[in-house]
Amino acid sequence: MAEPATLFDKIWSSHAVQVRADGATLLHIDRHLVHDGSSNAFRTLKSRQLPVRRPDRTFATPDHYVSTLGRGLAAINEPSRRGMVEDLEAHARSAGVTLFGLNDRRQGIVHVVGPEQGLSQPGMVIVCGDSHTATHGAVGALAFGVGASEVAHVLATQTLWQHKPKNMRVTVDGTLAPGVHAKDVILAIIAKISAAGGTGHVIEYAGSTIRDLSMEGRLTVCNMSIEAGARAGMVAPDDTTYQYLHGRPYAPKGADWDKALAGWRLLLTDPEARFDREAHLDAAEIEPMVTWGTSPEAAAPITGAVPDPAAAPDAASRDAMKRALDYMGLAPGEPLSQIAVNRVFIGSCTNSRIEDLRAAAKVAGGRQAVVPTMVVPGSGLVKAQAEAEGLDAIFKRAGFEWREPGCSMCVGMNGDLVAPGDRCASTSNRNFVGRQGKGARTHLVSPVMAVAAAVTGRLSDVRQLLTRS
Amino acid sequence: MEPFKPLDAVAAPLGVPNIDTDQIIPARFLWRKRGDGWGHLLFHDLRVDDGGTPRAEFILNRQEFRDARIVVADRNFGCGSSREHAVWALYDHGIRAVIAPSFGDIFFNNSLQNGLLPVVLPASIVGAFITALVQAPGTRIKIDLEAQCVTGPDGVLHAFEIDPFRKQCLLEGADELAFTLGLDEQIDAFEKAYERKVSWL
Repeated sequence: MAEPATLFDKIWSSHAVQVRADGATLLHIDRHLVHDGSSNAFRTLKSRQLPVRRPDRTFATPDHYVSTLGRGLAAINEPSRRGMVEDLEAHARSAGVTLFGLNDRRQGIVHVVGPEQGLSQPGMVIVCGDSHTATHGAVGALAFGVGASEVAHVLATQTLWQHKPKNMRVTVDGTLAPGVHAKDVILAIIAKISAAGGTGHVIEYAGSTIRDLSMEGRLTVCNMSIEAGARAGMVAPDDTTYQYLHGRPYAPKGADWDKALAGWRLLLTDPEARFDREAHLDAAEIEPMVTWGTSPEAAAPITGAVPDPAAAPDAASRDAMKRALDYMGLAPGEPLSQIAVNRVFIGSCTNSRIEDLRAAAKVAGGRQAVVPTMVVPGSGLVKAQAEAEGLDAIFKRAGFEWREPGCSMCVGMNGDLVAPGDRCASTSNRNFVGRQGKGARTHLVSPVMAVAAAVTGRLSDVRQLLTRS
Repeated sequence: MEPFKPLDAVAAPLGVPNIDTDQIIPARFLWRKRGDGWGHLLFHDLRVDDGGTPRAEFILNRQEFRDARIVVADRNFGCGSSREHAVWALYDHGIRAVIAPSFGDIFFNNSLQNGLLPVVLPASIVGAFITALVQAPGTRIKIDLEAQCVTGPDGVLHAFEIDPFRKQCLLEGADELAFTLGLDEQIDAFEKAYERKVSWL
C-alpha cells in the first residue's frame, strides 16, 4: 500500500518531472498566470531568444497598473503605468498567450479571474509572479507566487525547480457568529501562528468551519496564506468546489468533467497522513478582527485595545511594536473601536468577489458613508454581476464610489493611494509600512467591517449595526 | 549572474523582524526595468525624507555602514510581495549576503537567482551578531560559501546549510534556466504522459 499522503503530497508527486540529486523537484506547471508586472520575465526570454514554451497554458490579464476610473489604455494617464499594460498586451500577443485585456469584461485581478474562468482547478499546480497566488489553492490546487526569474523559467520551460515544503494543517471547527467572516478567520489564524508561522510550509485549511465556507470565503482564507509566511494554502476539493467550477468557461465539459471529477475525488488527504505542524482554532472564539500594526500578525478582535509594547516578551518585539505604533499613530490601551479613519477601501484579491460585495451591500443599505469610501470589484464579470443585482446602486446611495476592476488601493501602483498620515480601513491583505502609499496607515478588515468603518468614521464592531438593522 | 566570491565586509544590523519587500523597494518604483539600476532606491522611504534628503540616522546612511556588503536581519526578512526588485535593490546597492534566522520563502528563492546569498543561522547567533554590530559599528563579517561558514563579529566560525546545486550555481554564476533547457526531452516526455491523463487541459 502507498504511504499515507496529504492533498499537497499527492499534487506534488503527480507533477514531478524529475528529482535532482540535491532533492529539488522539477515540477510541471498546469497554469501560468501573468499580469502587468511580468514584463521583466518576458524581456529575459527575448534577450535569450527563447520562445514561450506553452502559450496554451499561459493566461494574461492586466491588474496592478490599470485605472479604476475608466477602461481602456487612455484611462491610464501616467505613461510609465500605461507602458506596463501596453508591454503585457504586446508580449501576450507576440507569444500567442490568451489575454483578458482592458476592453474584455473578463479582465480583472488575476487571482479573481483564474477561479472565475475555471482556469484554476483541483489537483493543478498554478504559479504566477505574485505572492497572492496562494488564493487559487482554495479550489484544491497547489498554487504559489514566484519572482521574475522564476516567471521567466516557467515561460521558457513550463516547469519550476522547487524544494518540497513541509505539510502544515490549520483546523478551524465550529460555527462562525453573525458578522464574522472568512477574513476574520484568516486574520485570527495569522494572529495565532504569526507572520512567519507557515514559513517553509504549505498549509491545508481543514475543519468544519472551512468546509462550511463558500468558495469565495475559501479564496479569501487561502489568499492570505503568504501573510502567515506559507508558500501556499489549500482546501480539499468537495461539492462546494465542484458546484462552483461546473459550467465555468475553462472547466472540463461533458465526459471530461466526469473523468476530471473522478480524479479530483481521490485528492483528499489520507486519514493516516501526518502533518509536520498543526494548529487549531475554535470558530466560536473568533470575533470581527482588525489590525493595529504594520504586519498582518498584529491583528486583534475589534472589542480589544491597542496592545502595550511593555508587555512584549522580549526587547526586539517591544522595539518592533513601538515602531509600529509610532507609524500607526496609536497609543497603547486605546480601544480599537475608537480609532477614527479617513477613508475606506473595499476591494483587492482578498475581498472583491461577488459574495464580498453582497455582504458589504447588506450593511451599507440605508446608511451613509461619513468618510471617502471606494468599492473596486475584482473583475469585469464581478462588476457586471453586482450591477445586475443592484449592489452598485446601494453603494452609490450610501455615498461610496463604484470603480472599475483592478488591484487599486491594495498596493497603489495605479495611483489609487492613501494620503500620507491618513488612516484607511481596508479589505486588502497587507498593512505594511507604506503599502497603500507613503505614510499611509492601514487597518485590515473584512468587507462588512469596512462598511461599518465607512458609515461610522471609525473602526467599529459591525455586530452592533447588524442588531440595529 | 556574477559568481559569488568570498566576502570579508562590513555588516549592517537591521534588528527589526518582518522587514517586508514593500519596505525594501516601494511599489511605486516597480515599473522600471531591471537594467535601470536599483541601488539608489533600496529602502527608499526609510533612507530619504519627503524632500529627498538622506535621513542621517538610517543605518545604511551612517558613515560606518556606507560600504556594508552584508546585512544581518531579524526573522522573516523579505516577507510579503514576490517582487524580485527587492533583491535587485539590495544587489545593486552592493549587498551580497543577508544573514537572518528566517526569510520569506519567495525572497529566499529570488535571492539565489540573482547572486545574493541568503544565510540562515539560529536566532540566538543572529541576535548576538546584531548586538555586536550595534555596539561596534563597522565590524566586519566573513562569509566563505565554498566552506559554508560565517566568521562572526567575534571571530567565531558558524557553519550554515545551503543546497549543493544552488551553491554551485552561486559559485559559478550559473543560472538554473540554462540547466533546465537541457532537460527538454524529459519535459516533453512528461507532458505527453501527463496530458494523456489530464486530457481536458
